[in-house]
Amino acid sequence: MGLEAKLSSDGYLTTKLDAIIAWARSNSVWPMPMGISCCAIEMISAADPKYDIARFGSEVMRFTPRQCDLMIVAGTVTYKMAQVVRRIYDQMPEPKWVIAMGACTSSGGMYRSYNVVQGIDQFLPVDVYTAGCPPRPENLLNALITIQNKIKKSKARDYQDKILPELELSKN
Amino acid sequence: MDLKTTIIEKIKSKFGDALEEVTDFREDLSVTISPEKILEFCKFIKNDNDLSFEMCKDVTAIDWATRKNRFTVVYHVYSFKNNFNLRIKANLKDDPPAIDSVTPVWKSANWYERETYDMYGINFINHPDLRRMYMPEGFEYYPLRKDFPVMGIPGSLPLPEKND
Ligand code: SF4
Repeated sequence: MGLEAKLSSDGYLTTKLDAIIAWARSNSVWPMPMGISCCAIEMISAADPKYDIARFGSEVMRFTPRQCDLMIVAGTVTYKMAQVVRRIYDQMPEPKWVIAMGACTSSGGMYRSYNVVQGIDQFLPVDVYTAGCPPRPENLLNALITIQNKIKKSKARDYQDKILPELELSKN
Repeated sequence: MDLKTTIIEKIKSKFGDALEEVTDFREDLSVTISPEKILEFCKFIKNDNDLSFEMCKDVTAIDWATRKNRFTVVYHVYSFKNNFNLRIKANLKDDPPAIDSVTPVWKSANWYERETYDMYGINFINHPDLRRMYMPEGFEYYPLRKDFPVMGIPGSLPLPEKND
């Protein structure tokens, strides 16, 4: 009560560290666009002026895992590609989240065959599944908001003891 | 003499005994040749001035599953000069199936043959770079063979470990 009123006049705000970290994180989710097939086009649309993913602080789509904390897997993941997806995921710094975009990514979709992974949850921890073939850009934005809500509930301490995975460096 | 007759005549006179079958179904000319002669045959139809089949459009195979000579290799070639398509087939006799590579004749056959090798396990003798194409190296099976299950063989393709 009193503290807040007193400090704000000097340009200060008191809050919990967890709350402000979660707030900052949730409003600057930088996606790693893992676009592998047709769904990727919808993901690209989500970044265009009409759907404007930038509204959520997520406009920084760069094709490097270096500063990304959200992986959007959009497309058909084959067994051969799964190795690559996992390696890029491992290269992203903690904390990180995963959206499985579309039927293929979530469950293999219409490809009930030997070469397509029947759901990326077999090798990645998925936070949000997005239904559709392909899901509309709004649907992806909805998934992003769901992730944001999830991040807002997180605590900074949850990640501090995380052991980073050993990266398997390319043999070639 | 129209083009089709010319082609058939030429092939017949040169490869009479190696020619197993000639079919012409709905303007679609197809010849079956014995596999030992394939390289010689392809050289001939490419270099002959009247035929000049310069382009190899596809190489693939058929798995007949229960038939004795199980695999047929199919080539689609095209002549720019005559605007004409020809299909060549070769019924492979042995197991493991093998046939001479036609890459010395058409360079474009390189990847087609690799694909056929990858999916059917047919060996192309003297192919410059016979490696897996779609499937990971070290994969043991040939997915387009009829005895390969659609959903694959469990455990035959490894996934990365899910360690969290
Ligand atoms: S879910 Fe549909 S749109 Fe998305 S990658 Fe699969 S087939 Fe393409």
